[in-house]
Amino acid sequence: MTIETEAPRAIAVMRAEHLVKEFGGLVAVDDVSLDVPQHSIVSVIGPNGAGKTTVFNMFTGLYKPTAGRILLGDRDVTRTRPDIITSLGVARTFQNIRLFGAMTALENVVVGRHTRMRAGLFGSIVRPPRVRREEREVRERAGQLLTYVGLRESAFDQLAAQLPYGDQRRVEIARALASEPTVLLLDEPTAGMNPQESAALTAFMRKMRDELNLTILLIEHDMKVVMDVSERVTVLDHGHKIAEGPPEEVRADSRVIEAYLGTPR
Amino acid sequence: MSTRREPDKGWGEFRAQMREWRAAIERVLPPWWTRAALGILLAFAIVLPFFFSVSSGFMNATIIALAYVVMSLGLNIVVGFAGLLDLGYVAFYALGAYSLGWFGSDFFFKAHVHVLVSGVASHEIGIHLNFLLILIAAAMICAVAGIIIGLPTLRLRGDYIAIVTLAFGEIIGVVAVNGQSVHVGGGMTLTAGNLGISAVDSPYFPGIGVFNELDLRPWYWLALGIVLFVLFVNVRLRDSRLGRAWVALREDEVAAVSMGIPSVRTKLTAYSMGAAFGGMSGAFFGTYFTVVNADQFQFGFSIFILAMVIIGGLGSIPGAVAGGLVLGYINYYLIPDVLNNLPSKFGLNFQVTEIEFGIYGFLLVLVMILRPQGLIPERRRRLEMTSQIGAQDAELEEPTATQTTGVAS
Repeated sequence: MTIETEAPRAIAVMRAEHLVKEFGGLVAVDDVSLDVPQHSIVSVIGPNGAGKTTVFNMFTGLYKPTAGRILLGDRDVTRTRPDIITSLGVARTFQNIRLFGAMTALENVVVGRHTRMRAGLFGSIVRPPRVRREEREVRERAGQLLTYVGLRESAFDQLAAQLPYGDQRRVEIARALASEPTVLLLDEPTAGMNPQESAALTAFMRKMRDELNLTILLIEHDMKVVMDVSERVTVLDHGHKIAEGPPEEVRADSRVIEAYLGTPR
Repeated sequence: MSTRREPDKGWGEFRAQMREWRAAIERVLPPWWTRAALGILLAFAIVLPFFFSVSSGFMNATIIALAYVVMSLGLNIVVGFAGLLDLGYVAFYALGAYSLGWFGSDFFFKAHVHVLVSGVASHEIGIHLNFLLILIAAAMICAVAGIIIGLPTLRLRGDYIAIVTLAFGEIIGVVAVNGQSVHVGGGMTLTAGNLGISAVDSPYFPGIGVFNELDLRPWYWLALGIVLFVLFVNVRLRDSRLGRAWVALREDEVAAVSMGIPSVRTKLTAYSMGAAFGGMSGAFFGTYFTVVNADQFQFGFSIFILAMVIIGGLGSIPGAVAGGLVLGYINYYLIPDVLNNLPSKFGLNFQVTEIEFGIYGFLLVLVMILRPQGLIPERRRRLEMTSQIGAQDAELEEPTATQTTGVAS
């Protein structure tokens, strides 16, 4: 099943220039530059506390960088609000799933489409035909997306909080896709999955990239997934970028081995 | 220990039985049953005044309870849908009531403005607008005030919003008292403070005439009309893009903004919608009580409305209606008319009205213990609660199991 996107493609490529983020005295991210070429899958890896999620939060506008710039295409989005960044075509999932627990799976995906809907206060109250049509289309599309990520139809109307863990991950991806992103940021999507499930998700990431014409930025702990799926890998350690390049190269880098395994003696 | 367990288990079984029966009833009834029931309820509400005398205490209480329902529906948008704890809702009661005082009395005596009012009023000094126009003006003034108060406030999170809105409620109250020394030109002042703006206009509609205290029926139908309008808007908003955005922000703000929901603007809409309804109800109270007095606008009022929303069921529209009706009737009928002289019959020297706050407190505690989800909980919360009950039942099973093994060994 394919899902075609009707909205015009927004900016495709993401770039971070010399990002710095300080929390009080703590420098969480120090001078990190990162390029995400169009239609690629790029991974950010590193030990716990390396600053990976902080980089994500700056990309999506949740944190404002202390210094440095973030570009989306040729637009500077360093100080842009998160909801505007989403409307420019950046969507994300979270490391600890953050679904709206009291909403159904389908409603979660419908909310994900917020920026692509037009009904305002007046339209919501009066509900003219244009708004009715929009509502119907959004629900239809949300159903398609849930099917696309592999949720069975009987789960559509279940509360998100009551879904099993794997399904919650699926709904979160569908919710992110609902905003018609050009760049998708996945924060440890395989966390808590067994090897078979991870492998399936890896294949699915490629499928999404190709069918939905996405650019994917990935935070991942599972080395097998990283080496398997990514075209480029950026390694962070203590907020610094210590290596960058194709997976094979990064795997052989002595500083990376050191960061992960400690200094050999 | 086992004696303590058993009632719990029996209670759980009882609930399960109730759920089963309910499901059975729902299977028997046709799908249009809910709509039919609502239609019957509405018809009953419309003909209700014919069963009571035209100026009975019960009618009076019903009219006030309906106006409370409007307040409770308004606050439910802010607290229930968007999850913003507003402790200063009285501010919009005050602004709505003053809108009536300003545009429906001789208070601004230098002005001569008359729009669609009765023959008598059109010869009086001051500003006299038709009540429907005042209602719209009150809603708009409060919506704008909501945006002005909300802009700095709603950037805060959680409890801080409660504190700041509380402060704004108090500020409006103080402004209402001291407004009598704020001159707006021509010897006119902003408010009449504790003296009150009195002799405000009663609603007038061509063909019906001017409303009066001797026949409460038109008041009732007017209040019912406002309730129905606000109900309609509430239901439409709940099932819309905006309503979903409010709930999303309430559930998880970080996720909501990451999904493209503009946090401040969406919260502002909720806040000013709630404010607008509070203002409409305030204008109605103003004309119904025939006076707009600064001492009506106390902090306790905000809490009273909040209690309606919570007792009814946070985020639930039928709940907000039920909460408003229940507390409205208790406050204006049950306590003053029915129970007030009860203690004296037992030879006790006090009246029930003297301990009414104790009664409200007791009721609130009672509801929180017996039915924390409210009288008519929101569908989603009800599902949450039942699933939790399931979990509790499972927890209850476990100790029993260990107990039996303990006995066996």
